[in-house]
This record gives sequence, C-alpha cells and structure tokens, in this order.
Amino acid sequence: MTAFHSHLPVLQVIVPMLTAPLVILLNQKRLPWIVATAASLCAFAIAVTLAMSVMAGQTIQYSLGAWPAPWGIELAVDAFSALMLLVVTGASSVALLAGAQSLDKDIEHHRQPLFYAAWLLALSGLAGILVTADAFNIFVFMEISSLASYVLISGGPDKRALPAVFKYLVMGTIGATFYLIGVGLIYMMTGTLNLADMAFRIEDVADQTPILLAAGFITIGLALKAAIFPLHIWLPNAYTYAPNMVTVFLAACATKVAIYVLLRFDFFVFQPNLVGHDFQFTFFLLPLSLLAILVGSSVAIFEPKLKRLMAWSSVAQIGYITLGASLLSVSGTTASVLHIFNHSLAKGALFLVMACLGMRIAQLRIDNIAGIAQKMPWTMAAFVLAGLSLIGVPGTAGFISKWYLITASFESGAMGIALVVIILISSLMAVVYIWRIVESAYFRQPEEDLVITEAPIPLLLMTWVVVLMNVYFGFAPGVPIELATGAAELLHGQTP
Amino acid sequence: MTIALSFLIPIVGALLILAASRVSDNLREGVTLATAVALAINVWSLIPELMSGGRPELQLFEILPGIDFGFQIEPLGMLFAALASGLWIVNSIYSIGYMRANKENKQTRFYVFFALSITATIGIAFSANLFTLFLFYEVLTLCTYPLVSHKGDAKTIRSARIYLGVLLTTSIGLLLPAILWTYFVAGTGDFTPGGILEGNLEGPALGLLLGLFVFGIGKAAVMPVHRWLPAAMVAPTPVSALLHAVAVVKAGVFTVIKVIVYIFGVEHLFAEPSSGWLLYAAAFTVIVASIVALKQTNIKRLLAYSTVAQLSYVVMAAAILKPLAEVGASMHIVAHAFGKITLFFAAGAIYTAAKKTEVWQLKGIGRRMPWTMAAFTIGALSMIGVPPTGGFVSKWFILAGAFESDNYVAIATIIGSTVLNAAYFLPIIFAVWFSREDPEQKLDHGEAPWPMVTALSITAALTIGLFLFNAPLIALESQIVGIVK
Repeated sequence: MTAFHSHLPVLQVIVPMLTAPLVILLNQKRLPWIVATAASLCAFAIAVTLAMSVMAGQTIQYSLGAWPAPWGIELAVDAFSALMLLVVTGASSVALLAGAQSLDKDIEHHRQPLFYAAWLLALSGLAGILVTADAFNIFVFMEISSLASYVLISGGPDKRALPAVFKYLVMGTIGATFYLIGVGLIYMMTGTLNLADMAFRIEDVADQTPILLAAGFITIGLALKAAIFPLHIWLPNAYTYAPNMVTVFLAACATKVAIYVLLRFDFFVFQPNLVGHDFQFTFFLLPLSLLAILVGSSVAIFEPKLKRLMAWSSVAQIGYITLGASLLSVSGTTASVLHIFNHSLAKGALFLVMACLGMRIAQLRIDNIAGIAQKMPWTMAAFVLAGLSLIGVPGTAGFISKWYLITASFESGAMGIALVVIILISSLMAVVYIWRIVESAYFRQPEEDLVITEAPIPLLLMTWVVVLMNVYFGFAPGVPIELATGAAELLHGQTP
Repeated sequence: MTIALSFLIPIVGALLILAASRVSDNLREGVTLATAVALAINVWSLIPELMSGGRPELQLFEILPGIDFGFQIEPLGMLFAALASGLWIVNSIYSIGYMRANKENKQTRFYVFFALSITATIGIAFSANLFTLFLFYEVLTLCTYPLVSHKGDAKTIRSARIYLGVLLTTSIGLLLPAILWTYFVAGTGDFTPGGILEGNLEGPALGLLLGLFVFGIGKAAVMPVHRWLPAAMVAPTPVSALLHAVAVVKAGVFTVIKVIVYIFGVEHLFAEPSSGWLLYAAAFTVIVASIVALKQTNIKRLLAYSTVAQLSYVVMAAAILKPLAEVGASMHIVAHAFGKITLFFAAGAIYTAAKKTEVWQLKGIGRRMPWTMAAFTIGALSMIGVPPTGGFVSKWFILAGAFESDNYVAIATIIGSTVLNAAYFLPIIFAVWFSREDPEQKLDHGEAPWPMVTALSITAALTIGLFLFNAPLIALESQIVGIVK
C-alpha cells in the first residue's frame, strides 16, 4: 500500500469538505457546479478504490493525526462502510451529473455557490459518519450532514418545503440529542468513545443500567434519523417539497446512513454484551418493520402526488431493511444490507425520473401525467424498468434482495412463513402503486394537448445509467452480495 | 448459438419493426413476416437434434449461488417453441389483413410488442430452471398488457387491469413462493428428468406445493384463477388468436406439465395421495367452464370459456400421472392450438367482414363466407374431438392413459365435456350452414380480406393434418415418457 493509499479514508471526508468553502468563492455561471461535481466524482473514485481494497481482503484502519486508538480518533473502512460509501458518493455524483439543468430551474443563480457548498458539506458529513470508528465523531458528522441537508431541502422555490424542513429539523435535532445523551452515558461508564474499544469494555461495567438507558437513547435517536416507523413522519413532506435533485441524493442515502449507524451500534456494541438484547429486535423492530411495510405501501397506493407516493414507498422499503436486520441471522442482515444498496438504485432511478418529469410539468400528480408517455417515451420507459426493480421482478436488482430476504425469513422457522406472506403482499401493493402511474402515463388520454418534449439529455442519460445498473445488478449481483455478506458477518462477529 | 439466435431474432426484429415503421407500413409488415419466418426456421432447425436424443443447452451465468440463468431444450419445450414460432408466421399474415381492414391505430406498437411476447414465449419454452422460467413468465405478462389494452378506452383498460391483476397477483403471490420453497428444500430449481423433490419433500406438504404451483401459474386458467382470460378478449382478435389461444395460455399449461414432470417427478407425485386433488380441480374446471360457455352469446367470450375448459383438459391429462396421458397432454397443447386459433381467426374474419360479434347473428353466414365457416367447422369439430381432426388424437391418448390407471373420474369428465362441447358448437355449425339469414341484418358482404382467409385456411388444414400425420410428434413426445418411465 502506497503512502497515498493509506490516506484514502481521511481524503474521503476531506476532499468534499475542503472543496465546499472553495465553491462559495466561485460565481461564474457553471463553475460552482463543475467544481462540486468534480469533488463528488473524486470522492466516488476514492470510494471505489476503498471498496476494491476491502474486497481484496483488507480492513483499512487510519489513525487521525497518528494518535493511536483508543486515544486518538480512528477511521476504519470495512465491507459495510465500503458498500455504504459507494452508495453515498455514487448517489451524490449521479445527482450532480444529471442535475445541472434541474438545479438551475430550482435555485437562483446567485445562490448556487452556497447551495453547492451545502451539498458538499452534506456529502462530507455522510461520508464522515461512514468512515469513522468513533462514537462522538459520528455525532459531529451527523450534525454536519443534517444541517447541510436542511439547507438543501429548503433551498428550492417551493415554500411548502419550509414547514417540512422545520419538522425534519425538530425531529432530527431530538434524534441527534438522544444519540448524544446515549453516547455520553456510555462514555461515563466506559471512558471510551472508540466503538471497538467500547464493545470490549462494556462487558466489564458492573452496573448495566446506564448502558441499557444508553442503548435506548441511541436506538430511538437513530430510529428518528432513519425514519423507522412510527418515527417517519418528517420524511414524506421533506422528500416531496425538496428540489428534485436533492431528493435523488438524500432519498438514496440519508436515512440509510442512519440505519448504518444503528446496525453498527446495536450489533457491534450492544448485542454481544447486553443480556436479553434480542428482545428489542424480536418484539419492537420486527413488528414495527412489518407495520412500516404495510402502512407505507397502503398510503402510497392512495397518494395522488408522485413524489409523496415515492416517499411513502421509501417508508415501506426502510421497513424491509430493518426487517432483515431484526431476524438476527447472518442471512437476514445480508438481505438488509443488500437491500440498502438495491433500494438506493431503484429509488434513485425513480426520483431521477421524477426530476425528468419535473423539468416539463409543474405539478407532479398522477392526473397531470396522463398520456405523457407519448411525449416522454424514454423517461417513462425508465420509470417502468425502475418500478419493476422496486417491485422486485426477477432480472432486476430489487429481486435479488427480496430473494435474500425471503430465504432468510424461511430460515427463521414457523414465523418466517407469515413474514414471507407479508413480503409478498407488500410486493403486490407495490405493483398497484407503480402501475397506477404507468397506467396514467401510457394508457390515459391527456386532458389537453401537451406541448412538452423529452427531458434534457444529461438528466435522461444519467437516469438510464442508473436504470441499467438496476438491470445489471439483477443479473450480476456478485459485488454487492460479497460486500453485504462481508458486512453481515462482521456485524455478527464472525470473521469472514 | 441457435438458442441465442432464437432470442436475438425476435428482439432485433422488434427493433427493425420500429425503424421500418418510419419508412412505410409495407416495409414494417415485411419485417414482421421475415422475422417470423427466420425465427421459425431457426427454432425448427433444432428438431433433428432433439429427435436423436440431444439436449442442446446454453448456460449464461450464475445469478446467485445455485441459481443460474440458462436454457436447456427438451422435447416438451421444443414442441411448444416450434408451435408458437410456426403459428406466429400464420398469425402475422392474418394480423396484416385484420389490422388494416379494421383501421386499428398504433399498429407499430402492436407489432413490436407481439414480437417481444414471442421472445418471452420462447424463453419460457427453453428455460433450464424455474428461475429463468419465472423471469420470462413475468416478461410475457407485461409484454402482452399493451396488446390487451390496445384499444385504450375505459372499458378496455378495466379489462386489461383484471388481466394484469390476476396474472401478477397469482404469480407473485403463489408461484414465486412455490419456486422459493422448491429452491429452499431441493437446493436447485433445474428441470431434471424424474424430478428434484423426491427425498426432499414428502407428505401433505407436497400437495400444498402443487397447489401453489397450479394456482400460481395463472396462465393455465384452472378455476378460480381463470377470470383474466375472458377479460383478455377485449384485445384485437389476432392477439386473442395467437396469445390467448396459443402462446400465453399454453405457456401456462406447459409450465404445469413441466413442473409435474421435471420438478415433482411423475412417480413421486403419483405415490403421494395429497396430490390427488389436482385431477378433481381440473375436472371441475373442464365441466363448469363448458357449462358457462353454453350460456355465452358473444363469440369471443364463448371461445374464451371453451379455452378455459380445454386448458384444464391438459392439466387433467397431466394429473392422471401416467405416461400415455402425459403424451396426450402435450399432444393436446398442439391440437387445441391449431383448432382454437382457427376458431379465433374465423371470429375475427366474421367481425372484419360483417361486424358481427354475437352467436345469434351468425344464421346462414356460411353461404356468404364459405371458406371461413368451413374452417370454423373444422376447428369446432376438433374441439369436440371428432375424427378426422387433431382433437381426436389427443383425446385418444388421454383416454388411454386414464384407462391405464382405471381413472374413472377422468373418463367421465372427458365423456361429459365432449357432450357439452358438442352442445355449444353443433347448434352454431347448424345455424351457420342451414338456417335462413336474418333479413334485418346487413347482408352485402363476402369473405374477409385474403390474408385472413389464407391464414385461417392454413390452420384448418393443420388441424386435419395433425390427425393424418402425427407420428413424428408422438415419437418426439414419447421421449418425455421415456424419461418418465
């Protein structure tokens, strides 16, 4: 490993973070976008390199300022964080590459430098959460990314975004505070903030009560951030009224990063050390996941606004992710991690389609897109394929994670049959809400003559790139499966 | 290579149709015909290898451990692919006449999705395992949706929704769990002679799994999952003819036979009492669908219910679980295909020439459309199973299989349904030829355009041809029996 290589984990965070103030200084027409995109692509390239190293069998550790852990801050990249880094930096890069025109439409020219700076800070914060192995550091990065994403969501012209983002801000802050209280309690009892060290020392703590309390605070705090049912209420409006490109970026990764931290903490720190910790998964997370799946899908079926429909579908899909984890088996966690990746692909593509439609139509409602497939055939074809992936039809990425989830459910015994039934029912519900849109776009007559054309080429091109990735990872899911399996084995304390 | 070409030809064909439509309609239709002919030649060129016992295969890649995406051709799949690709030529000739004479719009979309549907059908026929089959099964459902909803008015869309709803619900809700269960207990879903479940799944669970498969394969239209088929009749007649008398519905019964023979294993299933219900479910569908058909006044709906009954014939034959009956089941796929496509072609010809859609309007029409109605008569006789038509041959084998296992339920069902078939077809045939024309009807019409008449004459000739020259087919299909034994 060269000297440069060994600094990659920190560069992953530093590159976007330091580009952010630079972007503010640029106010030529396209320059802020170009620099932000370049930084994001650079971060993506780093993520790819890291993933390749991890797949070659290394766990990358990095001591910040050469202070050894547990005194200094340690950065660590393993299979789980590598996969998540790919998702986050990939989503940011795709959204930026696709979004120049769409963002021009939503953000006034003079505010663009600030907007792109906020974008890079959000990216930097999310990447920071993923690379760090330090509980307090996670909090810091979480705040950076959250504050930046409040700015991003409220950055568009839609004033309804303001109450939505206020709700998100209040709930997000409560979540972050809860998390901090939990971390503080653990620090009080163990004297460490390093996750691995923490897991090691909790065993020796005589009085477990503060630790249990900490576990409660941390879990609920992160569940707020991750929009786990019934703490999801900030999500639909925030996604709906954000600028289209921001939705692409955040929907594909923001909640999933919170789930990442949740899984890390619960499996890594608490599960091996707390007696009866299983209870939390079996009696809370599992039923809540099922409720998320069923309620999210049902609301999506009756939702007339397209982006809200997609947001409710996300609530349901987050349910799949937590369902896999709550089965407490390696195969279940593999399904869960894999679904994080695959759902980002599917939902990312769907929100890109929403952005395509948003370029040509003011109000994205099911009735307003009647007959639009004649005018925007490529956009709607992309929608159909991405929708199939969301449903989980074979030949798409969505099928692979459903397959793993169902296999894991079968393995979990008699209750598994009921889970399989619910998963299949919700797949059918997904058919209904996707098909309502398809039917309107393809088979209904427009009320008045639509004088619109296909979406701008860069946007359309990136949409198709993501759509084709849905197909590609439906037939060749080797890489995500390998990383997801590695992540699940790590979380369950098995050496791969 | 030949296998890969079987997919490339129709896909490239679909793209060329799209491109050619920019130039002229004649070129577009020319491309459709050329694609159909090329595909048929390509598929049929595999027959000699199959006859000599070869099993060509094409393994593409492994998707997940134990789950491959690949193709392997065995006699049953060969028969189905050869049938579908061959009839596509005839159907394309017919479509050209029908679509032009009825001035249907969006004809390019029609031909493109037709080609894609055939691609999916070939995929189902050639699949090497349950996963690949399921993939193409779903593709076929989705590709046929634009064909069913072709007209685009509110009523059509409602029917198309039933079509899609039933097929997707059953496949995702029942077939997919059945496939997952199979992979879970057997560790594989490869179609293997003799089945893969023996020693892996026993007792009542086997009967339950069979239920998930049979009702999950909604395309086989075993009651109560038959509702989509009458709903699909809103499609243009060429779609009803090739897809809802041959490709889609036969994909259903084909899958049922394939699962019984290559997943469950005939002998394993025969030894398991909990699988016995299938015969009764199929027999019930045969009788009830025939009774419902008796009451239909719309020609296409009558034919649809007749199809429901005839499909369950195939399922019932497969459920007899005796070698001769399995041959009968595969022969009936062919016999019913020839007969029913002829009947649909005739119905479409009547609609095109006379704008008539109801049974009671047909009095005396035989004198105005002698070719069409002669073909209709042959098709109807084949449905009843009267010699010299193909329907007789397959019924003979099914009956022989039923006698072999002293299966009186099956025998009684066959006799009963023959009577019912005669009861709803013979009065029509009689009225067509011997009744006086209704003077209030508009009378100044002759035959439909020549491409349609040509097509229906060919399929009528095939129906009779199957009675006379069926030896090679039976030799091919006996290979399945050879495996079964």
